[in-house]
This record gives sequence, structure tokens and C-alpha cells, in this order.
Amino acid sequence: MTGFAFIWYNLKKSPLSIVGIVIVFIFAMVAIFAPLIAPTPEGHYNPYMIPRAGYSPTPEPPNAEHIFGTTQGQYDILYGVIWGTRTAFQIGISVIGAVLIIGITLGSIAGYFGGIIDEILMRITDIFLAFPALILAMAITIALGPSLTTIMLALIIVSWPSYARLVRGDILSIREEDFIQAARGAGSSNFRIIIRHVLPNSIYPVLIVASLDIGAVVLSAAALSFLGLGVPEGYADWGQMISFSRNWIVGTANNAFAYWYTVVIPGVFIFLFVLGWNLLGDAFRDILDPRLSRR
Amino acid sequence: MAELVRIRDLAVKFHTYEGVVEALDGVNLTINKGETLGLVGETGSGKTVTGLAILRLIMPPGRIEQGSILFAMDDDGYVDLLKLTEADMRSIRGSQIAMIFQEPGAALNPVFSIGEQLTEGILLHRRQEVVNLAIETIDKLLKNTSDLKGHLLRPLRLFKRSLYKSIREKPNRLLPRLIGRIPGVRIVLNGLQEEAENIAVSMLREVEIPDANRIMKQFPHELSGGMKQRVVIAMALSCCSKLLIADEPTTSLDVTIQVQIIELLKKLKKEFQSSLLYITHNLGVAAELCDRVAVMYAGNICEVASVLDIFKNPLHPYTKALMLAVPKPGEEPHAIGGFVPDALSLPSGCRFHPRCQQAMDVCKQTNPQLIEIASGHLIACHLFKGEQGASSR
Repeated sequence: MTGFAFIWYNLKKSPLSIVGIVIVFIFAMVAIFAPLIAPTPEGHYNPYMIPRAGYSPTPEPPNAEHIFGTTQGQYDILYGVIWGTRTAFQIGISVIGAVLIIGITLGSIAGYFGGIIDEILMRITDIFLAFPALILAMAITIALGPSLTTIMLALIIVSWPSYARLVRGDILSIREEDFIQAARGAGSSNFRIIIRHVLPNSIYPVLIVASLDIGAVVLSAAALSFLGLGVPEGYADWGQMISFSRNWIVGTANNAFAYWYTVVIPGVFIFLFVLGWNLLGDAFRDILDPRLSRR
Repeated sequence: MAELVRIRDLAVKFHTYEGVVEALDGVNLTINKGETLGLVGETGSGKTVTGLAILRLIMPPGRIEQGSILFAMDDDGYVDLLKLTEADMRSIRGSQIAMIFQEPGAALNPVFSIGEQLTEGILLHRRQEVVNLAIETIDKLLKNTSDLKGHLLRPLRLFKRSLYKSIREKPNRLLPRLIGRIPGVRIVLNGLQEEAENIAVSMLREVEIPDANRIMKQFPHELSGGMKQRVVIAMALSCCSKLLIADEPTTSLDVTIQVQIIELLKKLKKEFQSSLLYITHNLGVAAELCDRVAVMYAGNICEVASVLDIFKNPLHPYTKALMLAVPKPGEEPHAIGGFVPDALSLPSGCRFHPRCQQAMDVCKQTNPQLIEIASGHLIACHLFKGEQGASSR
């Protein structure tokens, strides 16, 4: 059994993986077709800025014009969550992509060559790991000035060390294997050995962690936005939408759920997005790791 | 017989935390063209280190401290492998000298199919040949452009041919290398892949693997130990190596498979006219397979002789003791008294003297040199100093 038949066979055994794939697929569709689902109003210069229906601070409940209602400052919740999906993908994929490149490169250099190179690189990662991740990310965002780019940069800076660690650990165990010696004995260069023999044997745990982390990164970005360190006000971003609802979570004196839509709707989007990527991580493991399957 | 490898005064030391281990101390060894040299000795006597040193695969904390390893190149000249740059050494590994490792399962990469692993080496070391074959195949296809398909594919084939020709002229040209890296576009290089696969299949047939086409698509864990060892041998031979270093290739296999592998090695060695350095602690296997045998003890060569001399007329006390220690049915084996010396604190003088029945005072002071006492019979022992032959090699 090869290729897609095999992948399908493995997936059928774990329905949760399929759920993960479906969730992520739906989010991807929402992101791609955002202009159709939530069309940008005429004359609106930046589609990522949520259109507002006034300046009243009190949220409006769902109605015919605003299906999900409006949040503090009359920002349209539907528009915000739909276009926020794009922001989430942008943050998740570019941060994890950059982290993978940095982590795999530094991790494999450290793990494969060992010695003083390993020592230097690993002490640098130790320095980064010594700071609490979210606090360091906040400090970097504040220092560089809050914006989407600095959030991503901050998240890259705080998350690459664990990847370098992970890759290095796997490579340390693989490089002692006989087939690495055999490859060296067959005249392969170090670069070729790393690319062809070491990485294919050690990359899967990293890819699985990466797909799990896409959700976690979006969550961290949301946390930064919630603290007001993220995107400019009115930018379509789930974290900011929840921060808008900060004052309305408790509801009114008579009705604790009066403004439920301001927090539940963006919250459900974040929740499903993270859940989807977590389940997809498991699916990746089922598909990718040949040692786990193909028995 | 012409010499293929001449190892002179080779010393390898491992700088460990506990101290310096002299794994090899002044090893002298010659491997002739087309012969099988057995390297026997106890565990830790330096057999494997000798094999690895020839390929310069000693990893830190090990280091080759001194000596020379002269290797006969095609143009009858000798190069010192220890003086080559790492890049030159890489081109010798695999193409001139190949190694078969002890554990066949561990020597194969678990995530690639047998075919992928075999073709990798072939594409790396026999590129020229593969390219020529691919051009020939395309030429043949271009001549038979009678049907519609032939006409439709003609431009693609012409492009492929010109691409392969440019690879033939300059193997390191950027364009083909770039193309090889891009998925999808890479497919134009499939002509090379196909030819390499053909060679790989014929190599698998050579090592007597049935159903080679199916095995090509299988992964290492789907094969039995004997099959894997055959695949490893095929990989080693696929680049027409002049020297094959086999490091206990049959140790992890059961006896019936051992016999098959030994017979196979005998046959292939003749066919490919390569030399074989066979590292083993199994004297029976050495007797069966080798032309000459070198006995090692604690990083020194004790005795080198033809296989007949070693077994019929062993001279060195250690070799004698080793022969007696071979278990025979119905007899108690004669163990060699004492222990293998601790590698960190080797005895002074001859390293065997604490266990030697015939040790003399001089044995405690100086380590004997390897001298030739009869034609082709070399020995390092003070007992034979007086009988030194005409030439000391």
C-alpha cells in the first residue's frame, strides 16, 4: 500500500484526525473566501480594519444587519472573526515557518557537529529559555512598538529555542546510528548526510510539535492582543475582539449573559482553531511517521 | 602480487576522560590486490579501528596520530590516504574503498526503500556511467519515433538528452543541480534515476536476492537479516570498489546464513576482482575465506602469514594459544591465562608478555618489531629475533 491509499487507511482508523483536518480545512476556506463571506463595505480603504456602525461603547446584540452583533465601539463581530481568521493563519504559519527554519538549522548543526559548536548554540538557546516566554514576548513587543509584525517577531524569538532543542535531541540519537557511519563510509558529505539521512529520521516529532504549536502561537498572539500589545485598534484579530469584550464579560446587574456574544463568538473561533490544529498534529503523526506505521 | 594498501606505523589514540587509549600502536599491514586478508583477534584488539582508520572514519575522541596508509590508485601511483583533503577522501570512500558493517539492520536507513538507498550511492559515484546509459536509452527512443506518442514526446526527449549531455561534460553545472532540487521539475532527471535503478536491480541479482524488483520497493525492516546483509554487500559492491572492508559481516547471522554470505563474498570477490579485508574473531570463518591472516593483540600485529601457515604452523605464542582456545567437540577448550590488558594501562614491552608462557626479560622492556622469518610469514616476537630473514618488511 502506498501513497494516498495508505494515508487514507491510517486516517480511517482515527476519526479525530479527520475532525481536525475538517476544522482546519473549513478555517482555511473561511480565510480564503473572507471577501465573499464578509464583503468589505464600499469606500473602506483597508479590508483588515473592521467597519464600525457608530461610536457607542455599548455592544449591540445580533440583529439582521449585524448577524453576530457588534462589540465595544460598534465593530461588527462577524466581519472581525471572518477576517481575523486570515490574521490567525498569517500569525500561525509565518511564525511556525520561521521557527522551523531557525530551529531545524541550528538544531541540526548543534546536534550533528557536537563539541564546541553544540556548546555555544545550546547555551544561547538556554539564555532564551531562561525567560518566561510570554513576558519576554511582551517585552520585545513593547520595545519594538506594538504591531502585527512585532508580535510575530516576538513569538519567533521566544519559540525557536525549544525547536532547536527538540531537533538537536533527535539528531544526537540518530547520528550515532550505524547507517550514518555507513553513509559516511559511502562518501557522503556532511551536508548530504544531514539532509538525506539524519533529518528524515528525526523530522517527524518536530513537524508534529509544529502543527500542534500553530494553535498555541495563535493563542499567545491573542493573549498579547488581549493585553493591548498587538494590532492597532479595530484590526481584525481574535485576541483584540476578546479584549474589546473585557468590560462586558460580567453582563449587566440583572442579566449576567447580556453581552455573551462579545466574548463567546471570538472565543469559539479561537477554541476551534486551536483544537483543529491539535487534532491535525495527531493526524500528521499517523501519516508522517514511518516508524509508527507501515507495520 | 601488487600491493593495494600499505599501512605503515599507524597509531590511533582515543583521548578519553580516563586517559589516552592507544587503540593502534604502530600497525604495519599490507593488503595485496585481489587477496582476502583476514584480521583476527580478541574483542578490543583494534581490528575494527584498523578498518575505520583506512577509511579515515575514526570519530572524536579518536585520532590518527601518526603513520601512513598508502593506497594504489588506478594510475599505479600511491596516495597517502591520511594526507588527502576531506573532499578527496570522500570521493575515495564508497568508490574505491567500501565498508560492510557488522549489523546489517543498522547499516540501512530505516526511512528509505532499498531502491532509494542503492541508487543514491550509484548516482553519487557512477554518475558518468549512468549519464551515458541514459543518453543511449534516449537515443534509442528517439530513433523509434514511429507512433504518435513518440512524436509527442520528442521535444521532451531532445531536451532531456541535451541536459544529460551537459551533465556529462560538466557534472557540477548549476542548472541540472538546481533542477534536481525542485520537486516536480526533477522529473526530467528520471532517465538517470531509471538507469541507476537498473544497475541497482542487477546488483541485487548479483548478490542472489530473488525477486529483486520487489525488494527495491521494500523498506529495511521488511527484510530478514541475511537479506539485509546481502543488500549491504550490494551497496558496497555497486560502486566497483577495489577494497572491501568487511567488519564481522556474519556475526549477527545464524550459521546457515553465514555460510551463504561467505560463499557469496568469495564469488563476488573473484567476479569484481577486488581485495577484501575481512575482520573477524571467528577463526573458522577466517580459515574458510582468507588467503592470508593477520593476528592482532592489544593494538599490535603479532603475526601475519598465509592461511595455511597460520593454522598448520603458528609461531607467535599468542597465535598458538588462540588456536588452542578454539573449542573442539568433546574437548575442553584451553583458555588463554590472564586477561586482555586494560587499554588505559598497557603492559610495558611486548603487550602479550604477562600472559605469555615463554616470556623472557627482554619482553618486559621492548615491544618486538614485525620481522619476516620466512617468505610471507611475519612475526613480532623476541623468540624469533635470531632467525630474522633477509629482508625485514
